[in-house]
Amino acid sequence: MKAKLLSLVCTSSLLAMSAAHAADIDVKITNLTQGIYFTPILIGAHSSDAHLFQTGQAASDALQAMAEGGSIDALSATLDSINANKLANPAEGLLAPASTTMGSLTTTDSNTTLSIVAMMLPTNDGFVGLDGWTIPTEAGTYHIYLNAYDAGTEANNELVVDGSGAPGTPGIPASPGAAPGTQGSGLTTMETNTMVHIHRGNVGDDEAIGGKSDLHNTVHRWLNPVAKVTVTVK
Amino acid sequence: MNKFTPIIPLACLLLAACGSDNDNNTTITPVPPTPEPEPTQYEFKVTALNLTNAQPLSPLGAALHTSGQFWTIGEMASEELEKLAEGGDNSGLLGLSVVNASTSGDAPLGPGKMTELMLTTTSLTDQKISLISMMVNTNDGFTGLNSIDVSHMAVGDYAKMHTRAYDSGTEANSESSGSMPGPADGGEGFNAVRDDIDKVAMHLGVVSNDDGLSTSVLTSEHKFDNPLMAVTITRVK
Repeated sequence: MKAKLLSLVCTSSLLAMSAAHAADIDVKITNLTQGIYFTPILIGAHSSDAHLFQTGQAASDALQAMAEGGSIDALSATLDSINANKLANPAEGLLAPASTTMGSLTTTDSNTTLSIVAMMLPTNDGFVGLDGWTIPTEAGTYHIYLNAYDAGTEANNELVVDGSGAPGTPGIPASPGAAPGTQGSGLTTMETNTMVHIHRGNVGDDEAIGGKSDLHNTVHRWLNPVAKVTVTVK
Repeated sequence: MNKFTPIIPLACLLLAACGSDNDNNTTITPVPPTPEPEPTQYEFKVTALNLTNAQPLSPLGAALHTSGQFWTIGEMASEELEKLAEGGDNSGLLGLSVVNASTSGDAPLGPGKMTELMLTTTSLTDQKISLISMMVNTNDGFTGLNSIDVSHMAVGDYAKMHTRAYDSGTEANSESSGSMPGPADGGEGFNAVRDDIDKVAMHLGVVSNDDGLSTSVLTSEHKFDNPLMAVTITRVK
């Protein structure tokens, strides 16, 4: 009797582990920050060996384009090329501070892990990210808290410069919300850690004109986590 | 969460005893009216440790409720929350109609200090615990727990959690002289004027004079990072 029960348990867990099955999921994302905007968000369900980004690794060109300029086109193409299931730009533009957006996704085949990225504005190359979260097979509601990352591709000079969203052009392309300061001298020209890493945060200053940074130190800082994700597996 | 269930064997014993009594009961005797049974008391202990360097936490308020939330990210703060977040006064939140049991610390909880609060109720169904306190050396920063479901805890179960820093969005984070009630400033608490984003969000931390806000009366001492408190909720009865 006991042996029979045990073998049943083993069989069902093996089935669960090897299952490559479709799932319907809702993904809700809340920007938890008080003064940082998220540019278009990219959500992808993909095989567990794929990554949109990895800490300790150099950013791909596609990730750099997202982190410096907010463009998710190249990363979307990457997801398409690996037969991922994606949900691009659910907020239809910027997701403002303390705001929420939501979307649905049907996963296919072996797309068992979930990744999320969006640039954080105003930053030089900061983004909110989720790297390869295993989608539970059990129906339910799951909460995940996301940190802010630095792509490691651009020096955090904190200067707002038109057109600087192009990869390799220093500067922050825009500051939605609070109007940025002007004529800052720039905090740094160096990026010490050129791999993807946890963002050290914006510094900002308290001068509307001049100072080192064009950002405001009472508005544009944050503490982790910066986003809450609620995944509902149906 | 650790599970101890000493109450179950006890209940089994009682049931067994009742059963044998009924089997032997052959004569009919008038049953005297039994007094109303004492309602069962359920009791929770909340311990909280202030993890910050120099942010005293206003007297902690703890509440049991079955519905509602003291705050929601992205929504406007209630006036009760604003009074807590700007002035450290928890009486409005603990007095909300959804609260069915509450308790408050009698003094601010200093950095590195631990406190213990007890909550009792006569019904477990859908009970949630919320905990709330202001970081007093901020303009409108607060921390706490938001509707933690305790309805399935058994006696002896405990849950350990950390709390994060939130901003009620009701007062600009000027950190300026006269704007914060804590000992670093001794300034104003609650003020009905709302001059910030008017939505609850996570706190971005204090800047301080040492870190580039020349009009701030705070120093590097008052900076904090998540988490703010280490909390343990234990069902003791």
